[in-house]
Amino acid sequence: MSHDGPFYQRDRDWHSPAFTPGYKTSILRSPQRALLSIENTLSEMTGPVFGRDILGPRDNDLITNFGGTGEAIGQRLIVYGRVLDENGRGLPGVLVEFWQANAGGRYRHHKEGYRAALDPNFGGCGRAITDQDGGYHFRTIKPGAYPWPNRVNDWRPAHIHFSIFGEAFAQRLITQMYFEGDPMIWQCPIVGTIPSREAIETLVAALDRQATTHMDALAYKFDIVLRGRRQTMFENKLEGH
Amino acid sequence: MVQPLKRRKESPSQTAGPYVHIGTNPNWVEITGVWQGDLGLDLVAPEAKGERILVKGRVFDGADQPLTDALIEIWQADAAGLYNSPQDKRGQADPHFVGWGRQPTDARTGEFRFETLKPGRVPFPDGRLMAPHITVWVVARGINIGLHTRLYFGDEEKANAEDPVLLRIEHRARVKTLVAPRSEEQGLPCYTFDIHLQGPDETVFFDI
Repeated sequence: MSHDGPFYQRDRDWHSPAFTPGYKTSILRSPQRALLSIENTLSEMTGPVFGRDILGPRDNDLITNFGGTGEAIGQRLIVYGRVLDENGRGLPGVLVEFWQANAGGRYRHHKEGYRAALDPNFGGCGRAITDQDGGYHFRTIKPGAYPWPNRVNDWRPAHIHFSIFGEAFAQRLITQMYFEGDPMIWQCPIVGTIPSREAIETLVAALDRQATTHMDALAYKFDIVLRGRRQTMFENKLEGH
Repeated sequence: MVQPLKRRKESPSQTAGPYVHIGTNPNWVEITGVWQGDLGLDLVAPEAKGERILVKGRVFDGADQPLTDALIEIWQADAAGLYNSPQDKRGQADPHFVGWGRQPTDARTGEFRFETLKPGRVPFPDGRLMAPHITVWVVARGINIGLHTRLYFGDEEKANAEDPVLLRIEHRARVKTLVAPRSEEQGLPCYTFDIHLQGPDETVFFDI
């Protein structure tokens, strides 16, 4: 038996609903009709694969990948973990992209309205492809918290954005990683779109003192879970296989 | 108590936010030098087989204003109906066609644009052929979980009429939200796929 069947149905009660008025932008950007449920077809059970040849040597080092010779300012971090599916299987060869604000909480973007200074040595993006066990890692600085236009005094907790591909388009996911112990997680309207504390906690990376680098970087472990596939226990494979 | 099933839960989605392009299209937002060229801009190599087409459109919010900060990804079969993915075990897809594309919506007009190929037909699980289609995925600030939909082609009336997915749509007036009308631009067939997040023309989105 192998897990190569259709994907487990997405648990829509675990994810944020589309309409979450505490996060104001969702009000006009949330579909209101019922989603059309369809069983997986080849269009959802296939997906793009990216070769390691797209990666440069500093793609996973946000401390140095933007500055010429200078390094980004901030608390130096290693972020590492695995991309798994719901069956606990590590997913190899998966493209993981990440982006974040600088140590002061400022993004390098023309729409950014926060006063904190830009860091001339920090661009804020990186990417990696998972190894045989689904592992990935990158080096960065801890992003700052920042205010954002929602209610007048809403602040985002420190976070890193993640985009993950998986092996099929049905697994495509964008999410955010938060940091253990940050009280601002529980005051954030975007975090608060997620219905349960249990689900939110799966986005909080653990401080890992066993993975630090000596006199260099703290470490946080962040595992990402993508949808898992059903077992094909009897022959009921897709037509044409 | 019963034995635990011990499955993990999918990581909850969070919005891509207003700065998604820093991660996905850094060169487009003037973060240059980290890597050359953003992924997903070129789908079609010169040697690829099939009819060249353009796909364009905009994403409208509930006040009918186009989103200027969205990110659109597409995924489609090649001209023979094969996916360029190890998960497609039916045969080798055209190596000159990636099948996956990614474009931001224009920061001023909100328009997205892809140069791609007309895909072939792909079987539904029961063996019936689906009409040619392109999977479309939309993320943006204010969208908590990526929206999946499909583009069908306005000049494929016969195939669309027997498509097993389109046939599932209970409210028949909504089928047209997935069918992109054909025009011509730069000497190529051009399909316009406008996406409406809300309102009377709300696009049919899928739970796949």
